[in-house]
Amino acid sequence: MLAKMFTLVLGLFIAQAIAAPGTGPEIAGAWARATPGRAENGAVYLTIVSQTPDRLVRVSTPVAKKAELHSMSTEGGVMKMRPLDGIDIPAGKKVTLGPRGMHIMLQGLNEPLRQGQSFPLTLNFEKAGPREVTVPVEGAAAMGPPGQGAAGASTPMHH
Amino acid sequence: MAHTPRPAGGPPPRFAIAAVALIGLLVLAAGAIIALTLGAGPNSAGSALSAAIGGPFQLVDQNGKPFTDANLKGKWELVYFGYTHCPDACPTALNDMALALDKLGGKRNEVGIVFVTVDPARDTPAVLKDYVTSFDAPIVALTGTDAQVAQAAKVYHVYYAKHEEKGGEYSMDHSSIIYLMDPQGRFVASFTHESSPTDMASRLDKLVS
Repeated sequence: MLAKMFTLVLGLFIAQAIAAPGTGPEIAGAWARATPGRAENGAVYLTIVSQTPDRLVRVSTPVAKKAELHSMSTEGGVMKMRPLDGIDIPAGKKVTLGPRGMHIMLQGLNEPLRQGQSFPLTLNFEKAGPREVTVPVEGAAAMGPPGQGAAGASTPMHH
Repeated sequence: MAHTPRPAGGPPPRFAIAAVALIGLLVLAAGAIIALTLGAGPNSAGSALSAAIGGPFQLVDQNGKPFTDANLKGKWELVYFGYTHCPDACPTALNDMALALDKLGGKRNEVGIVFVTVDPARDTPAVLKDYVTSFDAPIVALTGTDAQVAQAAKVYHVYYAKHEEKGGEYSMDHSSIIYLMDPQGRFVASFTHESSPTDMASRLDKLVS
């Protein structure tokens, strides 16, 4: 009986291990906002969903000297940005990095981010390892990735 | 909801009533404070508050020209404190203001945007000029010495502080509030960086006449 249960549990573990590669972190809707003038810093936004728990620990891109995970909070009207050691990705729960919230901060851009360009970004997960995404640059007034209706319109300021 | 008998040994009802009353008072007080600080409605800015926000300052604009509180008069002005190394909240707020003005139609030219840096060490007039010309609205960008910026922040009740990070980098914590000043230079209303351009525009439309 005990042996039977052990086999069953073991079988479940194996099944999960086999299923794991396809159920790791999936990154969607990556975008960055065009930076004003020669602004040295920019921000990248995206969503992550993973069927298995993981943790985003590091990001890197060739377009900036440094890329950091940042939190953004407003307490009593005061806006604070803080570097994060990592972002937990709970199983099956969408984690959103978006305007006025968590974001990937690009520090020391080699070149300004201009609308229409795109650049590579590598996300390193504790378990799944590195994942590379292509980040399109949206207009300076964009609030979302391409194809997200009015909020994601690239240049809503020009009429 | 059904009434449940008070369990034996529970707190006396008088205590429970007092506790509820106290919580109620606290909630009311908190609500009043929030309404006052955030200016929940266009008319919520009491005379005490309008006198408390704004005052004398001396800064320079993106062209290196002196700019004082006297220059704010004659036009409605949206005043926002931020810094150019801010990747998220500041460009979002500036864009929202530009979008709000865009929705004002004929009244658009009656409202100006003033961006005051809280990071004068990095935000020189040249850096500010380059930064604000990217936005599709005329923006006056102001900087000055540490003392001049501190004075401007003080009269607007803006809090800011340098937050050092590893590798010599730093970010600025700062109040993210958009103030609306009338053509006489008096405080009228405030918005947060979370106010949508549509909300901002509809309130501006009612106030600006």
